[in-house]
Amino acid sequence: MKVQDIHARLADRFGPWLVAQDFEALDPWIEVKPEGLLELCRHLRREPELSFDLLNCITAVDYFQPDPKKAAQVEWQPHLELIYHLWSLAHRHRLVLKVRLPRWRDDQPGQPPEVASVSGVWNTADWHEREVFDLSGVRFVGHRELRRILCPEDWVGYPLRKDYEMPAEYHGIPSR
Amino acid sequence: MTELLTYFLGPIWPAYTIAALVQCALLLVVALCSAAVFIWLERKVSARIQDRLGPTRVGGRFGWLQPPADGLKLLCKEDIIPAAADRPLFRVAPYVSFCATFCLFLALPFANGWVALQLNAGAFFLLAVAGLEVFGVILGGYASGSKWSLYGAMREAAQVVSYEIPLGLCVVIPVLITGSMDLVEIGNRQAGWFYHWYIFHDPFMFCTFWIYATCAVASTNRAPFDLPEAESELVAGFLTEYSGFRWVIFFMAEYAAMFVVSGLGSVLFLGGWNGPIPVASLVGLSGDPSTVAGWLGNLLGLANFIFKAVFGVTCMIWLRWTLPRLRIDQVMTTCLKYCVPLASIMLAGAMLWTFLFSGGVGR
Amino acid sequence: MMSDRPASEIVDFDVHTDEMLINMGPQHPSTHGVLRVALRTDGEVVTEVTPHIGYLHRSAEKIGENLTPRQFLPYTDRLDYLAGMNMNLGWALCVEKLLGQRVSEKTRHLRIIITELSRIASHLVAAGCYGLDLGSFTPFMWTFREREKILNLFEEVCGARLTYSYITVGGVTADLPSGWLGRCEAFLDQFEPVIDDLHALLTNNAIFIHRTAGIGVLEPAMAIDYGCTGPVLRGSGVDWDLRRDGEPIFTDMYEGYTWRVIASTGGQYPQDHPYPPVPPEAVLGDSWHRYFVRMLEVVQSMYLIRQAMEKYSRAGGVVDGPAQVKAKLPKGEAYLETEAPKGQMGFMIISDGTPVPWRVRIRSSSFCNLSVLPELCRGVLVADVPSIVGSLDLVLGEIDR
Repeated sequence: MKVQDIHARLADRFGPWLVAQDFEALDPWIEVKPEGLLELCRHLRREPELSFDLLNCITAVDYFQPDPKKAAQVEWQPHLELIYHLWSLAHRHRLVLKVRLPRWRDDQPGQPPEVASVSGVWNTADWHEREVFDLSGVRFVGHRELRRILCPEDWVGYPLRKDYEMPAEYHGIPSR
Repeated sequence: MTELLTYFLGPIWPAYTIAALVQCALLLVVALCSAAVFIWLERKVSARIQDRLGPTRVGGRFGWLQPPADGLKLLCKEDIIPAAADRPLFRVAPYVSFCATFCLFLALPFANGWVALQLNAGAFFLLAVAGLEVFGVILGGYASGSKWSLYGAMREAAQVVSYEIPLGLCVVIPVLITGSMDLVEIGNRQAGWFYHWYIFHDPFMFCTFWIYATCAVASTNRAPFDLPEAESELVAGFLTEYSGFRWVIFFMAEYAAMFVVSGLGSVLFLGGWNGPIPVASLVGLSGDPSTVAGWLGNLLGLANFIFKAVFGVTCMIWLRWTLPRLRIDQVMTTCLKYCVPLASIMLAGAMLWTFLFSGGVGR
Repeated sequence: MMSDRPASEIVDFDVHTDEMLINMGPQHPSTHGVLRVALRTDGEVVTEVTPHIGYLHRSAEKIGENLTPRQFLPYTDRLDYLAGMNMNLGWALCVEKLLGQRVSEKTRHLRIIITELSRIASHLVAAGCYGLDLGSFTPFMWTFREREKILNLFEEVCGARLTYSYITVGGVTADLPSGWLGRCEAFLDQFEPVIDDLHALLTNNAIFIHRTAGIGVLEPAMAIDYGCTGPVLRGSGVDWDLRRDGEPIFTDMYEGYTWRVIASTGGQYPQDHPYPPVPPEAVLGDSWHRYFVRMLEVVQSMYLIRQAMEKYSRAGGVVDGPAQVKAKLPKGEAYLETEAPKGQMGFMIISDGTPVPWRVRIRSSSFCNLSVLPELCRGVLVADVPSIVGSLDLVLGEIDR
C-alpha cells in the first residue's frame, strides 16, 4: 500500500492530528501532532490492513543552529523532531511518522519536552526511547523505566543536542 | 626397605620413619613429574586436535621445557589475596586438595609389590581419600570472597560427592570378582595374556569399565564435567582468585588425580602392570620380585602400568578438547539417573555371571 | 496506558534460598564484548536479567555530524567490527540513496562477493565463539582458521584485515587484484568439508543439543515486537530477509541471483545442501535454531559468491571508484536498512545541503536483539545465560556505537 493510500485511510479518523506529509520524498512521511501519536500508533499496529508490526527505529533530530549567522539563513524554527520508521511484515509496506516537539518544555532550558511513549505498542520502543531520552533529551510519558542507556546514570546533559557542551570533567577525569 | 634399614639402625621406629620419608619423597617426585608431563601433553594434544602445533620452541623442537618455564613464571608471580577473602582458609585450601591427592599415590601399586602402602583394603582407601579432595575446592571457593568462586565451589561439592556413588559401585565389581580389596592382589589376578584382564572377563565388566571412565572424568572435574572451573561462565570458578604458586598447587592436584584414577582404572580393569602379551614370563623374568629376574620383570610391569595410565590421561585430554560442557543439572541427571542404575545393574550382572560361570566368588 | 505489555513478573519457586545479585561482565569471557548482565539468582536459577550497555559508546552519531560521508566510512567499520564490509555497504548504499546514484553492474557483483564473504566470516565467529561459550574449544580454532583465510583474501583486496573501509560511497576503493578470484574459489572449495566437520562437532553433538535445544525459546510475535531481525528472527520461523524483501536499492543488488532464505517453513529448512536432521528436542525459536540458521546461511552465501564471481567475470565495463570527497549532499533524508550478518542494520542521513550531514543515525540490529534478553532468560539456570547470549550473536560495537 502506498503512503498516500495509508494517509487517505487515516484522514477520516485522525484528520485533525495529521499536520503535514510528503509523498515525494525518498522515504515518504506523515507528520502527526504529539497528542495524537499514541492513538495513531495503536491504530497502525492493530488495524489488519495496515498492520505495522515492526518498529525499526526512533530517531531524534535537533533542529537548532548554534551559530547565529547561519541561524539567520535557515528556514525552520528551532525544534526537535522525532522520526519513527515503521514496517509491516505482513503487507510489506513502510511508513515514516514524524513528530515535532519544542526543544524545551515550556521553553525552560534543561526541561526535556514530553511525548507519549509507544513502548506499550511495540516493545522495540522501550530501549529506543531510553536512547532518545539519554542522547537527545525527550521525556516519554508512560515509559516503564526511563533512564539513561548509553551514557552513565549520573551524566548531565543531552549529548546529541546541537548546543551541548561537554562537561569539563567527569568524576575527576578531565574531558577536554 | 624397612628390613634393610633395621639391619643398619637397630630400633625399628627410625627405620620406619626413614623408609616412609624416602618413599614419600619418591612419590612426590612422581606426582610432580607426572603433573609436568601432563601439562606438556595437554598442550600438545589439544594443539593437534585444534589444528595447530603447541609449544615448539622452549627447550628444543618439542617444547619439553615449557612446563618448567611455566612453573618458574608462576613461582615469580605476585601473591594476590583478595581483600574480601578469608586469609587463613584461602592459604590452606590448595594444600588440602594437594595432600588428599598425594595420599592416593601411597596406595596405588605401580607394579607387583611396588606400592608404598600395601593395604588389604587398598581400593577402599583410595575411594575414601579421593573424596577428601573436594574439601580443598570448597574451601578455596568459599574463602575467595567472590560470588563466582562460590558458585564453582557449590557445583564442585554437588558433582564430586554425587559421582562417588557410581564410582564406588564400579570399583566394587572387580573387588567382588577378585575376592579382595588389595589392589596388588587384583593386579596379580589378571596376569597372563590379555584375555585375563577383567575388562574381558564378562560383558558386564566391559560396560562397567566405560561407566567407571565416565565417573572418573567427572570426579576429576575434567570436561565435559568441568563446571566448577567453567571458563566461559564463571571466569574460572573456584580458581578465579588463585594466581601464582597456589594455582600451581591446585592444578598439580588435578593432574595427579587424573593420573591416579587412570592408574586405578588400569589396575582394576586393564590388567595393571600386566601387558597384553606376558613377555616377562615368556622370557623367564617372572617370579618373586625380590630375585633379580623378578625385579627386572617387574620393571617391565612398571612400564606397562605407566603406559596405560598415561594413555588414560591422554583420552581424558582428548575428551576435554572435543566435547562441550554439560550444565550442572545435566551432570547430576547423568549421575543419578544413568550412572547409578547402570552401575547397579552391572553389579548384579557381574555377581550372577561369576556365580553361574566361574563357580563362585574369588576364583 | 500500558495496555499491550504484561508487567514484569519475577518467577516464583517453592523452595527459596537467599537471593544473589551477580554481575556477569563487563569483563567476562563469554559476554561477547563489554556487556554487563546483572543477574538476580535464587541458587542456580535466574529470576531476573538486566543488561547494561554503554561501555563502548564512542559517540559515532555525533561524529557523523562533523565529517563528510566518505570521511565517516571508517567509523562504520568499527560498528560491527566482525563484518566490516557489510557495515560499509549499508552506509554506502544509504548515501547513494540520498544522492540518487546507482553503481555499475560489475561493481554490484563485486559488492556481493565481498559482502557475502564477510557474512561467512561473521557467522564463523558466531559459531566458533558459541562453541567456546559452551566449553567446546576446538570448533573455535577451526572456524578462526577458516576466517583467517577470508581475512587474507580481504587483505589482498584492500590492505586491511578488520577495518576495511573498502565499499565506499559510489563504488569500491579499488578493483580486485589479479588471481584473486581463483584464490577465492580455492577457498570455497576447501571450505565445504569444514562445514561438515562443524556439524559433527557442534550441530549433531548430543551435549551441544542438550545445552541449546529448548533454551531461550523466542516466539515469532515477541521477536517482531522487540524488533529482532536477522537469524534471531528467522530462527523463530519468520520468513523475512531484506535481501529479498527490503528496499529496491538493496534488493536490486541481488537481482538475477538464485538463493534461498533460511527460515523454517513447516518444520523444514531449504534442502539444497545436505545438513544433519533437526533434533527432536529442538523447539522452533530456541538457541539451537538460531545457531542452525547461521550455519545454513553460510552455505547460501557460498552459492551467492560463486554466482557473483561468474557474473563479475562476465560483466563488462569497469568497477566504479569512490565519489568525490567534498561533494555537496542534496537536501533531504534517506534511511536504508540492509541485511547484515547479525540482523537489519539501518543507516539514516539527514542533509541540509552542505557536504557535512546534519544528522547521522545508526540503527543497530544487535541493540534490538539484546533487548529481548530479559524475556528469554526468565527461569533458566545460570549456565544457560551464556548459551542464550551467544545464540543472539551480539557485537557491542554496534550496540553502543
